[in-house]
Amino acid sequence: MSSSPDFLQTLWFLLIGVLWVGYFILEGFDFGVGILLRVVGRSQAEKRAVIHTIGPVWDGNEVWLITAGGATFAAFPGWYASLFSGFYLALFLILVALIIRGVSFEFWGKDDSPRWRATWEWTASIGSFLAALLWGVGWADIVHGVPLNAQHNVTTSIFGLLHPYALLGGLVTLSLFTAHGAIFLTLRTRDELVDRARGIARRVAPVSVALLAIFLIWTTANQAGGVKASATIVALLAVLSAAGAVLGVMREQDGRAFGFSAGAIALLFVSLFCGLFPDALPSTTSHAFNLTLVAASSSHYTLTVMTVVAVVFVPIVLAYTAWTYWVFRFRIGASDFAGTGTPTPIAVLADKLGGGSDPTGPATGSAPSGVV
Amino acid sequence: MNTLDLARTQFGITTLFHFIFVPMSIGLTAWVALCETLYVRTGNELYLRMTRFWGKFMLISVAIGVVTGIVQEFQFGMNWSLYSRYVGDIFGAPLAMEGLMAFFLESTFIGLWLFGWGRLSPRVHLACAWLVAFGTALSAYFILAANSWMQHPVGYTINHATGHAQLTNIFSVLLNSTVLLAFPHTVFAAYTTAGMLVLGISAWSLIRGRHTDLFSRSARLVLPITCAVAIITATVGDGQARLMDKQQPMKMAAAEALYTTTKGASFSIFAVAPFSHHPKRLNTDIRIPHLLSLIGTLSWNGTVKGINQVNAAEQKKYGPGDYTPIVGVTYWSFRLMIGAGMLMILITLVGLGLMRRRGRLERSRRFLQVAIVGIFLPILANWTGWIFTEMGRQPWIVYGLLRTNDGRSPLVSTTEVILSLTGYIVVYVILIAVGVRLFLKEIRNGPQDPQEPVPPGGAAVARPDLALAY
Ligand code: HDD
Ligand code: HEM
Ligand code: HEM
Repeated sequence: MSSSPDFLQTLWFLLIGVLWVGYFILEGFDFGVGILLRVVGRSQAEKRAVIHTIGPVWDGNEVWLITAGGATFAAFPGWYASLFSGFYLALFLILVALIIRGVSFEFWGKDDSPRWRATWEWTASIGSFLAALLWGVGWADIVHGVPLNAQHNVTTSIFGLLHPYALLGGLVTLSLFTAHGAIFLTLRTRDELVDRARGIARRVAPVSVALLAIFLIWTTANQAGGVKASATIVALLAVLSAAGAVLGVMREQDGRAFGFSAGAIALLFVSLFCGLFPDALPSTTSHAFNLTLVAASSSHYTLTVMTVVAVVFVPIVLAYTAWTYWVFRFRIGASDFAGTGTPTPIAVLADKLGGGSDPTGPATGSAPSGVV
Repeated sequence: MNTLDLARTQFGITTLFHFIFVPMSIGLTAWVALCETLYVRTGNELYLRMTRFWGKFMLISVAIGVVTGIVQEFQFGMNWSLYSRYVGDIFGAPLAMEGLMAFFLESTFIGLWLFGWGRLSPRVHLACAWLVAFGTALSAYFILAANSWMQHPVGYTINHATGHAQLTNIFSVLLNSTVLLAFPHTVFAAYTTAGMLVLGISAWSLIRGRHTDLFSRSARLVLPITCAVAIITATVGDGQARLMDKQQPMKMAAAEALYTTTKGASFSIFAVAPFSHHPKRLNTDIRIPHLLSLIGTLSWNGTVKGINQVNAAEQKKYGPGDYTPIVGVTYWSFRLMIGAGMLMILITLVGLGLMRRRGRLERSRRFLQVAIVGIFLPILANWTGWIFTEMGRQPWIVYGLLRTNDGRSPLVSTTEVILSLTGYIVVYVILIAVGVRLFLKEIRNGPQDPQEPVPPGGAAVARPDLALAY
């Protein structure tokens, strides 16, 4: 079997890469917001404001993952089968994490008792934390390779997936997503919330740069079959972009910082995907057992059908997703929730001066510059 | 229990759990969109209150439906990796289309609907509601097309190099005769589910004399709709039975516990047999003459194939083995579904009768009490419907092509499945407890008072547009 993928297989590998990158950029910040919920939000009204910044979009963000899963199933069934059965317990933990954080946002506001609220805040944070960590562990394992047998079945248990390199990968995504979430909050909130979020971003973002750099050096050193120029260049750009985010945070250029932290996440995964190509899942048992994209792929006909569908529908999805972000571009502060907390005089003043969002329509709201 | 049984149990439990909320979501999104349409058209504030009250149930249901759905998306790869490799070429396509065309639509526009009160113009907001309702139904179509391929594989060939099934015609898969009936059956069943829920909750409040204006209007609006969709569900189901007789004769025979091929077969309403995989005798059997032939073949003396004959035929075709499902399960799940369906039709017909005289519906305690219990009938019918469809297909995972035993993940250990199964049960039990508690709380709280300001335009509450949001 030849191991160089044809045009459609390469295209679908790219598209799946795009879906994962989109997923991590988008869900990355709502993981971060979830992790920081109790740190940034102190009063009930503040917590509510924090949840509101991602309320309208987190579900849509998660669909990037679902579509990545579906696209992998359709385009590379062999990859889907080996990966998900092989990472059984790790994936199970991620799913549980996603479940508990997903319902947390919905359940939180449905009862006023402090215990109820605290419970769902904790599940939101723990779920977001676990997922942010485990996605990094999982992807580090994928690029590192796992023990595969000749039938491309993974022969190790979850403990075989938790080696130092993979754990470092987990810390990288955890810190990147936390910083990304904090920066997102600086864009979407007002008053004390912005200051607190910025303070956290100042502390976490530099850590994420350091971890990212170590991880990518290790990845490059690990690369089987010689160092790949493309992966290395992109890795370098990822670290630069993360550094750019730190700079943006320090200079309080929130929009720029957000752009750079999104860029760092994107470039990190692009570099990992470059390193992986043309394999889907390398085997550490023997190179002969590597699961190649060609071996994992579905038929030419199926790939053609899926290409037509993607060409028509991806632009439509992107258009209405962009529109949603446009509709919800306003800054949110504790004073928007006067029903649940007393607004501070400053917040009221800020509202009067037009700094706040106005329930009667977008026309009077103030859109922060540089929001994606 | 071996790993295979555990994996099957896990799939069954997680899917049935998903399917408590799925039909409610499909039905309630459409119902809420209908209420909002009436509001936008008439300007009557009552409809706005209805939109927002029923909207809360919709949101809780969708929230749980969404998070349990994520598990579904990955389960095939986790526990059924051989199956995934075998069918991925065909099965993956509708699943990916579902994500791209339906889930994005659903989840984006529900966010816009929920947080967009007062931000979007009433018409755009209404359009969001309909897009959500459309998205849920569309997602049902794709997943049912995938499932129908497992019941009745079409548009494929077997690739001899890999031994896997390979897609040859996507339109055959999307327009499979099986899905053309399964889709209306399931979606109208979902509308029935939401209808019975709205009726039951309205009845509960009418008995207590609370917010009678809103609940009386809701009940009177939902009754004729529910009656109609329940009858459509039953009619389509009748068509499915006939199709199944052709496509999966074993399932039909097992549904009837009919062991030998019979001309002018009678229909069994109630039978008891020793509960074993393949009981040799029936202890009690009450039958209506000729009815089965009439249903299955539309003729008085039509021939209906029996389990033993079908089994022999399949042995000839696929080699030695037992091709019968657990007859007790298929027999009773089929009857429970139909029984529940008939009861729902009866309940709604009685309700329609009561509606014709002013105020009778609202005062008839007996009827209202029955309507509350009626909330559980569609859940029962949905569950037994799926149990029948899926377990009646056994031992096949893809009918005639792949046995369930050959679809499992070879290296996933028993310990791993026990851990995940236990984990899912714990998480899901908590989810359902919280879900039920929130439902009860919303029912008890009732809709908002008319005095409270409502969007758009209300200014007294800081953010009236967020009244529904978290
Ligand atoms: C007849 C309809 C139907 C059936 C048979 C299934 N589902 Fe489902 N599913 C829906 C109808 C639906 C829905 C109505 O569209 C949901 C429930 C609530 C919601 O928002 O979407 C949903 C949610 C939902 C989600 C989350 C989507 C989101 O985030 O918006 C996923 C990933 C799946 N499902 C996947 C599956 C899979 C892989 C199934 C097969 C075993 C399955 N569903 C059975
Ligand atoms: C695309 C959709 C579906 C696919 C691919 C699918 C596939 C499967 C698979 C792989 C199994 C395990 C093997 C077995 O025991 O038969 C199974 C069992 C089962 N499924 Fe489905 N299913 C689908 C939809 C559903 C839905 C929506 C339900 C209803 C809620 C459902 C209910 C069940 C049940 C109850 C079982 C357990 C049967 C048993 O233990 O024998 N299925 N199905
Ligand atoms: C009253 C008469 C009814 C008849 C004759 C009927 C018939 C059928 C048949 C024959 C199937 C199996 C299709 C297959 O395996 O290929 C089925 C499945 C199913 N039924 Fe029904 N049904 C009825 C009522 C209902 C009601 C009232 C509900 C729910 C509210 C319901 C929910 C389902 C579901 C969810 C399935 C599985 C999905 C599918 O295969 O379509 N049914 N029904």
